[in-house]
Amino acid sequence: MQGDVVLSMRGICKEFPGTKALKNVDFTLRRGEIHALMGENGAGKSTLIKVLTGVYEKDGGSIHVDGIEGETHIHSPQDAQNAGISTVYQEITLCPNLTVAENMFIGRMEGPVVHWKDYDKRAASILTGLGIPARPRQALSSCSLAVQQMVAIARAVDMNCKVLILDEPTSSLDEKEVEMLFTLMRDLRGRGVGIIFVTHFLEQVYAVSDRITVLRNGELVGEYAVKDLPQVELVAKMMGKALDDMAQLEQFDQKKAPGQDVVYEAERLASVNTKPFDFRIRKGEVNGFTGLLGSGRSESVRAIFGADRVTGGRIRVKGKDKKIASPHDAMKSGIGYLPEDRKRDGIIADLSVRDNIILAMQVMKGFFHPMSRAEMAKFVDEYVAALNIKTASSETPVGSLSGGNQQKVILARWLLTHPDYLILDEPTRGIDVGTKLEIQKLVLKLAEENMSITFISSEIEEMLRTCSRLIVMRDSNIVGELTGDELTQAQVMKTIAGGGAEA
Amino acid sequence: MLSKNTAPNLKVREPMTDAQLLMTITIAIFVAMYGLAMIFMGGGFLRTQQLFDLLNDNAALIIVSCSLTIVMIGGGINISVGGVIGLTVMACALFLNDIGIQNSGLCIFLTLLLALGIGLAFGLLQGFLISYLDIQPFIVTLAGMFLARGLTTILSVNPVKVTHEGFLTLVKTKATISWLGYTAKNGNLIPAKLEIGAIVALAVVLLVYLMLRYAQLGRHIYAVGGNQQSALMLGINVKRTRFMTYLISGLLSGLAGFVFLMHKPAGNASVAMRSEMDAIAASIIGGTLLTGGVGNVIGTFFGAMILATIQKIIALSPLNESWWQEMANGAMLGLFIMLQSVILSNRGKRGKAKVQAAGRE
Amino acid sequence: MSMIKRVRKSGGLGQLLIPLVAMGILLLFNLFRDPGFYAIGVAVNNSGNRVLTGNIISIIDSASELAIIAMGMTLVTAACGGQDISVGAVGTIAGSIFVKALKGFSSINLGTVLLALLACCLVTVLFKLFNGTLVSVFRIQPMIATLILFSCGRSIAYWIVGSATPQIDSPIISAMGMTIPGIPIPTPIFGVILVGALLALIFRFTTLRLYTESVGVNEGAARLNGINPILIKLLSFVILGLCVAVAGVIGTCRMGQVSHKTLLIDIEMDAILAVAIGGNSLGGGRFKISGSILGAYIIQMLTTTLLAMRVDPVNIKAYKAVVIIIIVMAGSPVVKNRLTTLWNRRRSGGLHAASGRG
Repeated sequence: MQGDVVLSMRGICKEFPGTKALKNVDFTLRRGEIHALMGENGAGKSTLIKVLTGVYEKDGGSIHVDGIEGETHIHSPQDAQNAGISTVYQEITLCPNLTVAENMFIGRMEGPVVHWKDYDKRAASILTGLGIPARPRQALSSCSLAVQQMVAIARAVDMNCKVLILDEPTSSLDEKEVEMLFTLMRDLRGRGVGIIFVTHFLEQVYAVSDRITVLRNGELVGEYAVKDLPQVELVAKMMGKALDDMAQLEQFDQKKAPGQDVVYEAERLASVNTKPFDFRIRKGEVNGFTGLLGSGRSESVRAIFGADRVTGGRIRVKGKDKKIASPHDAMKSGIGYLPEDRKRDGIIADLSVRDNIILAMQVMKGFFHPMSRAEMAKFVDEYVAALNIKTASSETPVGSLSGGNQQKVILARWLLTHPDYLILDEPTRGIDVGTKLEIQKLVLKLAEENMSITFISSEIEEMLRTCSRLIVMRDSNIVGELTGDELTQAQVMKTIAGGGAEA
Repeated sequence: MLSKNTAPNLKVREPMTDAQLLMTITIAIFVAMYGLAMIFMGGGFLRTQQLFDLLNDNAALIIVSCSLTIVMIGGGINISVGGVIGLTVMACALFLNDIGIQNSGLCIFLTLLLALGIGLAFGLLQGFLISYLDIQPFIVTLAGMFLARGLTTILSVNPVKVTHEGFLTLVKTKATISWLGYTAKNGNLIPAKLEIGAIVALAVVLLVYLMLRYAQLGRHIYAVGGNQQSALMLGINVKRTRFMTYLISGLLSGLAGFVFLMHKPAGNASVAMRSEMDAIAASIIGGTLLTGGVGNVIGTFFGAMILATIQKIIALSPLNESWWQEMANGAMLGLFIMLQSVILSNRGKRGKAKVQAAGRE
Repeated sequence: MSMIKRVRKSGGLGQLLIPLVAMGILLLFNLFRDPGFYAIGVAVNNSGNRVLTGNIISIIDSASELAIIAMGMTLVTAACGGQDISVGAVGTIAGSIFVKALKGFSSINLGTVLLALLACCLVTVLFKLFNGTLVSVFRIQPMIATLILFSCGRSIAYWIVGSATPQIDSPIISAMGMTIPGIPIPTPIFGVILVGALLALIFRFTTLRLYTESVGVNEGAARLNGINPILIKLLSFVILGLCVAVAGVIGTCRMGQVSHKTLLIDIEMDAILAVAIGGNSLGGGRFKISGSILGAYIIQMLTTTLLAMRVDPVNIKAYKAVVIIIIVMAGSPVVKNRLTTLWNRRRSGGLHAASGRG
C-alpha cells in the first residue's frame, strides 16, 4: 500500500434481489484530499458508502484502512467508527433536543457522571479550533442546519477519524453556509483527513475537490484529477457517453408529432417549494424536465399536481380555468402523478397489490361508489398482465415486491384512471434495464394514444428517446427549452452545465 | 467572516428553549394560582402549613410523576404505576401486621425492601417485554396494571390497617420547623410540620433532577427519546436505556407505595386508583412531551403541585365535590396540551421555513 | 386467477390465527374442566319473560358493550395509529344525556326513546369530533388528546344529570337492556349484530376501509392519491362516537340507571386490549374488525371462565394480565423472528449436514 493512502476498497461487489448494485468497484482515498464521489441516481454511490460504513455487508471485495494490519472487516456502523471511518449524513443524525456539546460527546462519555464543565470546555476549544460558530451549551435545534452539520463533523474529527464521509452535506444549505462548510473541509484536509464528498452539485465539486471518482450503473467509470476533467466531460462520464459519441448520437425520429390542442397550461405557477414558472403541454406530447437532482424539476411537477401548497398562478386545463390546490383537484382535472420517491410517496407498503392498483381509480369514483370485487379483479388482472407485473398474487403486500414491480404497480394505478396528462417523476429509478425499456416503450405508446406525458429521469438518454421537448432547469429556474434538432446529449449537457460548459 | 468568529463563550446566557419556556409557564401558573388563593381564600393558604400539607398529601403522587416523567422523556409510557402503588401498600401493610419481629427498625427496613422489591420486579418484567421483545408499552403496562390490581385483591379484599407500633411511630414522626409556624388564637406557637414522606418526595425530585441532568444514563434517556435512530448512530445502547427507564419507574413506584403507607397506614383495593393518569397529567402540565426527549422533573413537580392546589382550593370552596375537581383538572390539562401544540407547531414552522429558504437558494 | 383467489383466502386467516387459537384453547379448557359450562337452559326472569340462560349466553350478552366499542376503536386505531382512552367516560356522558332527555319527556315511549337516542348520538359525536380535531388538525397524539375527556368526562356526565344514580324505569328500557318479551335472546346481542351489520354495510357501500388503511399505512401517499387524511381521521372518531353512544345506552338500560362512577368502567382498557388481541397493530394501518370482536369475546370468555372456576371477581384482573402477556408475547415480532430462525435452523440443519457430506 502506498504511504499516503488511507483507504483502499478493491473489487467491491454488492447484490440486491434483482439488481447488481456494485460490480467490482475500486476506490482509493489518500491522506489530506477531498475526493468527490459522483454518479447519477442508481449509480451505486450510496451503496458504496453504506458498504464502507457497515450499514450493508459487501458480497465481495476487500477494504484496507491505513494503520490496520490486513483486511478491515466492517459489519456495523460501530465497526466503521472504530476503524476511523466517520460519516455525516444528509439528514442530521444528531439529537436536536440536546446541546451542541452533548451531541459531540454523547455515546462516548466516560464514567457514569457527566462533567459538564469539562465537556463544554473541550467542545468550546474544538469548535473554536474549527471555526464553527456554535456555542457548546446551545440547544442543537436552535442551530442552523449548516452548523448542525458542522457539529456532526466536529464530533467525527474529535474521534480522530482518518476517513470522513460527507453524504450530500450541502443539499439543504444556502450559499454562505456552503462556503462555511468548504472552509471547514479545507481546514480538515490540511490536517490530513481524507474526505469523501458525495454531492449532486457540479460547481461544488469543482470548488472544493482534488479528485473525482465516477460511478455509473454500479460500475467504476474512472478516477480523475479535477484539473484534468472539465465539467462537461464529467457530465458525459456520469451520463455514460464519450463526448465524441454524443455529438454523433442520432435522435430517435419515430416520435409522433404532438397535436395542437393545449391540454394543460400554467402561468406563473408557484408553490412553497418553487419559484413561479410557466408551463404548457399539448395533447399527445411527451415533454421532460431535466436538470440535476435538486434543480427544481421534481418540485415543479409537484406544484402542477398540487402536491405542495400552491401559492399562486393561473391554470387552464383544456382551455378552461381550473383551480388545482390539492392532488384531488388535479385528479379531477385528469392529471396523474407518479412521485419521485416511490417508498415514501408512492406505494402504500402494507396494502395489497390489488388495493394499490385500484386506489386512484377508486378515489376518482368517489367515497360512495366502491368497486366490486369482480371489477377490481378484472382491472387488476388486466394490468398485471399488460404491464407484466411479477407478483405471487394480487393479495401480496406491495412492499414485498421488487422495486421495478412496485413502480409498475403505481403506473398501473394511474393508467387505470385514464388521465389526459400523466406526470412520471423518475419512473425508471433503481429498476433493472429490461423494465426501464418497457416503461419507455409504454410512454411512447401512450403518447400515440393521445395522452400527454411529462417524463423526468436522471438518464438523459432515456429522455431523448421519449421526449419531444425538454425543459432544462438549474437552481429552480428554467434555463432552457430544447426541441427538434437541439435534442442531443451534447446540447442538453451544455445547457445543464451552463456557463462552465464552454470551459 | 469566519476569522472574525470569536471563541465560544461559556458565559453566554442561552436563550430559553421551548422546554424551559413550558416549565416556566407551569411555575408561573402555580405561583399565580397559589397567590390568588392566598388573596381570595386567605385562612389556611396564608400559613406555610398549607404548602406543607400539599406536599404531605401528595408525596406519593410527586414520586410517581417523576417516574413517569423519566419514562416519557425516553419516549415510552407506563400506566401500571398506580397499580404498583396499590399492590405495594397492601403487601407492606400485611407484612407489617404479620411479621412478628420485635425490632421495629429492622421491620421497617424489611418493609422498605419489600416495597422496592415489588417495584423492581414490575420494572424488570415490563422493561424486558417492552425494550427487548419490542411489545407496545401501552399494552405491556396495561397488563402490568391489571396484574398489580389483581394481586392486590388476591392479597386481601378487605381494607388492612397497619397495627405495627413501630411503623405507626414512624408515621407520626414529622419534621417540625417552628419559625415557619404561626401563633394560634390562644397564643401558642404551632410549628409547621413536614412528614417524612414529603421529605423523601423532595429528595426524589432532586435526585431524579440530578440523574437526568448529570448522569450519563439521564442524557442517554433524553437522546433516545429525542431520536431513537440518531441515538443508535451516536453509539448509545438504546435497548438498555429504554429498559432502565422502566426499571427506575418500577422502583420509584414501589417507593411511592411505601411513602403512601407512611401517609395513610392502611391498604385497600382502591389505593392510588387512576393515579397513573394524574401522574401523566402532572408530567404533561410540567412540560414533558409524550413524544419523548423533552421534559424536566422540576416542571413535573410543579405540575403535581398545580393539581394538588386545585384539589385543595376546591375542597375549601363551596364547590367541594369531586366532579368539580375532575373538571378543573381536565380544563387545566386541555389548556396545557393546546399550549404545547401551539408552541411546538411554531417551532416546526420555524424549522421548515429555514429548510425552504435554504432549498430555494 | 383462481390461484390468486386461493392465496387470498388462506392469507386472510394470518392475523386471526393467534386470537382464534386463544379462543380455541379457552373453549377446550372449559370443555375438559366442566362440560356443563356449555349448558344452555331456559328460565323465567324477573319481568316474567322466558329467557335463555347459561355461560355462553351470558358471555355473549355481557361482552356486547365491549364488542361495540372495540369495533369503533379499531377504526380509530387504524386511521390515527393511536387509541382513544375516553370511550368509557364519553359513554357515560351518552347514558346521562339519554336519561336526562327521557326525564324531560312526559312519558317514555318508543318515540321519545328514539329521540333521546338521537340526542345522545349527537352529543357523543360532538365530543368525539373535539378529540378528532385535536388528533387530525393539531396532530396531538390520540392518547393525550383523549386524556382530557378521560379525566373529566365522568364528571361532565354527573353534571348533566345532576345526581349520583338517576333511575329510569320503563318496559321499553328493560326491553332494551335485557330481553324483549317473547324473544329469549338478550337484546344487547342484537345491538352488537346491528352495529356490526351497519359497519359491514358501510364497508360494502363506501370505500372507508381502503381509505382508512391507506391513511394509516402511509398518510403522505394517501394524500397524493386524492384522499383527505384529516377527514378520514375525523370520520373514524365520528363512527367511534356512534359506537360509544350505543354502548352507553345499552349499559344504561341494562342497569336501569346511569351511574357515572361505574358505567362502562375500565372499558377503554379492555377495548384497546380487544383490538390488540384481535391481531391489529396499535400503530395503525390494516385492520380486521372481526379480530377485535373476537378479542372482546375472548376477554369476556376469560372473565366468565375464571368466575366459573370460583375466582373472586375482584382478583380476575391478575389472571387476565397473565393471559394478555402470553398473547402479546406470541405476537411480538422479536419472538416470532427468533422462533422462525430456530425453526429454519432446525430444518436446514439436517439439509446442511447432508449437503456437507456430498
